[in-house]
Amino acid sequence: MQSTLKYAILSLSTIGTVSAIILYFIAQKFKVIEDPRIDDVEQVLPLANCGGCGYPGCRNFAEACVNKHDLACLYCPVGGPATMQKIAKILGLEAGEQIPMIAVVRCSGSPENRPKTTIYDSVKNCLIASSVYSGDTGCEYGCLGLGDCVASCLFDAIHINEKTSLPEVDQDKCTACNACVKACPKKIIELRKKGPKDRRVFVSCINKEKGAIARKSCKVACIACMKCQKECPFDAITVENFLAYIDFEKCKLCRKCVAVCPTSAILETNFPPKKDSELNKEPIVTQENNTNV
Amino acid sequence: MSKGLKTFPVGGVHSCDNKLSASKQIESVALPTIVSIPLSQHIGAPAMPIVKPLDKVKVGQLIAKASGFVSANIHSSVSGTVKKIDDVPDSCGYKRPAVIIDVEGDIWEENIDRTDSLLKEIIFDQKSIIEKIQAAGIVGLGGATFPTHVKLSVPKGKTCEYLLINGVECEPYLTSDHRLMLEKTEEIFVGIIIVMKALGVPKAIIGIENNKKDAIDKMSAISNNYKGISVQALKVQYPQGGEKQLAKALINREIPAPPGLPIDVGCVIQNVGTIYAIYEAVQKNKPLIERVVTITGKSIKKPSNFLARIGTPISILIQATGGLPEDTGKIISGGPMMGKAINTTDIPVSKGTSGILVLPEELSNRKNANNCILCAKCVSVCPLGLEPYLLSKLSLKSLFDKAENEQVVNCIECGCCSYNCPAKIPLLDFIRLAKTTVMKNIRNRVK
Amino acid sequence: MNNNLLKVSLSPHISGKGSVKSIMYGVIIALMPAFIAGLYFFGIGALRVTLTAVVACVLFEYVIQKYLLKVESTISDGSAIITGLLLAYNVPSNLPPNIIILGSLVAIGIAKMSFGGLGNNPFNPALVGRVFLLISFPVDMTSWPKPILTRASAIDAVTAATPLAIVKEGLAGGTPYSKLLTQIPSYWDLFIGNVGGCIGEVSALALIIGLFYMLYKKIITWHIPVSMTGSIFIFTGIMCLINPQSNADPFFHILTGGVLLGAIFMATDMVTSPMTPKGMLIFGSAIGILTVIIRVFGAYPEGVSFSILIMNAFVPLINKFCKPKRFGEIIK
Repeated sequence: MQSTLKYAILSLSTIGTVSAIILYFIAQKFKVIEDPRIDDVEQVLPLANCGGCGYPGCRNFAEACVNKHDLACLYCPVGGPATMQKIAKILGLEAGEQIPMIAVVRCSGSPENRPKTTIYDSVKNCLIASSVYSGDTGCEYGCLGLGDCVASCLFDAIHINEKTSLPEVDQDKCTACNACVKACPKKIIELRKKGPKDRRVFVSCINKEKGAIARKSCKVACIACMKCQKECPFDAITVENFLAYIDFEKCKLCRKCVAVCPTSAILETNFPPKKDSELNKEPIVTQENNTNV
Repeated sequence: MSKGLKTFPVGGVHSCDNKLSASKQIESVALPTIVSIPLSQHIGAPAMPIVKPLDKVKVGQLIAKASGFVSANIHSSVSGTVKKIDDVPDSCGYKRPAVIIDVEGDIWEENIDRTDSLLKEIIFDQKSIIEKIQAAGIVGLGGATFPTHVKLSVPKGKTCEYLLINGVECEPYLTSDHRLMLEKTEEIFVGIIIVMKALGVPKAIIGIENNKKDAIDKMSAISNNYKGISVQALKVQYPQGGEKQLAKALINREIPAPPGLPIDVGCVIQNVGTIYAIYEAVQKNKPLIERVVTITGKSIKKPSNFLARIGTPISILIQATGGLPEDTGKIISGGPMMGKAINTTDIPVSKGTSGILVLPEELSNRKNANNCILCAKCVSVCPLGLEPYLLSKLSLKSLFDKAENEQVVNCIECGCCSYNCPAKIPLLDFIRLAKTTVMKNIRNRVK
Repeated sequence: MNNNLLKVSLSPHISGKGSVKSIMYGVIIALMPAFIAGLYFFGIGALRVTLTAVVACVLFEYVIQKYLLKVESTISDGSAIITGLLLAYNVPSNLPPNIIILGSLVAIGIAKMSFGGLGNNPFNPALVGRVFLLISFPVDMTSWPKPILTRASAIDAVTAATPLAIVKEGLAGGTPYSKLLTQIPSYWDLFIGNVGGCIGEVSALALIIGLFYMLYKKIITWHIPVSMTGSIFIFTGIMCLINPQSNADPFFHILTGGVLLGAIFMATDMVTSPMTPKGMLIFGSAIGILTVIIRVFGAYPEGVSFSILIMNAFVPLINKFCKPKRFGEIIK
């Protein structure tokens, strides 16, 4: 009994020692030397691997940060300026200036505004649906409401509103990673400047049809009446292909265009309610609720 | 006619025939008051319009020119005044440019032979035949609408041994090719001789499914008068009208996966409708301005085969069969297996419209899907030897790279898998998603 | 134009007649001859066991789906009935109800529902239940009543060993096979099912009727039943040729135990069998070989359940490697 114990301890410890020595040498031989700062940078990143920065994953972004010696062209849209400041601190560099962005859904074609003309009866996927036909309404540009954008969002920031069957962006969660923009086969979603206090003014329509046809299929379509373009004091609005577009770089959020739009295709978000005197001037009330876009 | 029924060995389904209009003669319909002729009725670049609003046009006059080799000319199907060139919805509902013409009378171009006489003698050589076909704007009328002159121009280094004629019409309900074979039998044979001459092939085989016995009998009787043309009866099996399946069934050769073409295995495949159009173009100078369209459906009062001018609104054809039934739930352009559900009857007949199928409400709803029970029925019916259950699962999980390894791009979207699935899973929907995505990925990679 | 909106969907716009329900009820019909045979040979006991198993399985499926998973109930598709029937067919006709109910719970709850219900279970639920019972209650599970026809009186259910157990013990004890033949029932009795054993497995005739029905209805293909019985036949045939005295002959192996029940109804279970004909052949023959190995060299006299379960585990692998021949692919 004693000897068995002795042999067992002896042989096991020998095996252990030999393995440890072998492992040591193998570890030495196959050692990969890597900048330890990559790990540090990766630590401060959100690690969602969303690809919003243009790199396949957070690790690749961290490598790029360390290797480029300049953070001007690098930006993590998810982490935002705070994260970039942290990275800059680790690397001893200056973080580039970035304007915070947000995804904006440019369609207001809820069932009331845009009556259905057919019933879609296949797999709920925008890409498939758009490949076979123009949509279940008269507007071939509008949202299909089948939720490719919802599926693409890694941050749970976009959802289909049951009532309007349109996607809505949760502005607290949206990181402007561009995933939904890429996912939308109709190219309805756009990244726009988040704006001061989340205030934005944009044309919520991408219908390139002539005014009369657009109006026929959707009550809140842009009919290219040019009123907004004339009204805008900052030359921020252009009308091309029967569609108005507000350049968010030029827009000063004066909201004059919102007031003149006859179909209320231009939306404003997060502005304080207008005073009574102003309300009287504005015949059409925007149908947008003020928390979400 | 050779004995025995041939077919392709792997996969396929035998769905209901429902050839309601098989015994109905091809009728012509009254001219519409207005036609809209789409500029893109073929695979390839849209044609460029060469008429302006207020121009007077005659029947058969060129109104849009092919813009490139893979493109096709478009001719006016009516006489009248060009109203405008505007966007009209196509069968998908997307707006596409079209020439809209107000019909005034029925004045034809002088050089078109409008008589019924059969012209057997072919006075043209190989080159001018292909030129005539190209000028007439002929495209594959089986539904793919691939410009025919491209198909007939055999690339260097490839040889064509067989001309295969597709008289299969494997889609349920449709009868336009069937009627054409019965009523224009001799013309089709002359057309085949023309195409054989254009290709320089000694042999042509006409494949006809066994549910069209009258057509087989009539065609094989006449085939004895023509050297090198034989008729082969085929077992009824969908999708035999697909190029790959037809080549396998008739000459037992397998067309390789895309980008493989029939010419890679030494054959060219043409639909009987196309052949008839070629006959008319070459012998009678008549461009492709009308085609046979089957209007059918169990709820339709009088299922019919119409010779309709291109650009005629579908609603007029449906009106001619006794009107759209009250309980219509779905209107399909094409057959029930591969056709496209359309969202309005205002769309015009185009070169690729082989039929319009009207389904009543109770037949237009999809059934609820159950869990996949791995019964392997989809695998056994897939004529391409793919695994639809696997592809749809991969697609559902967005594993498109794996789907590419499983050769999703080979799928011909015949719909056998969805048709045969006992759990009623819309397999093809998912496979289409994977196929579209994989094709996009491949294109991006090439760039 | 009518007021109803037109529907737009992707092709195909028509679908075939088959449904999951029709497949499942087809299998149930195919299982009926074996049930009648069981009833005929084992009397009221067979009915009691079968009813208990079916009711328990359906009930468990309903309860689990309704209260545990909170999903829509699928009991109407008939798959739980099949599980119950197959479980009952694989147990003796005098098994106490509490054991059957436990087996049903394991079959439905553990083998089927915990994986996500019909279509997602990697193992045949009925076999999991059966093997669970066999290991947990070896005595109850291996004391088979004699068929009514051979009992002294119809009332007391005398139990007897199955022919397989007799041969196994005999051969292990050194008795030559030719002498054992006198102790086991004739091939005719084995064929029609006049032997001791589980309810559904005894009558080869009834099972084969079910097989033809399913082949006619195109529910299953011939690949698995033929390859499985074929490989058993060949394997035992070779062993018998080498040493006829210590090995049972191939006909005996195929007619006894659960070979036919397994080959026709258990191994062919769509969910747990391979997708391609080639895969099915591999699957079937592997089951056959494993069965013979367990029967001849293992501790149990019967090995069909185990070998099917073992091969179930290999199905994903078989599916991965046995691809159908792609059209247009050039075979090197």
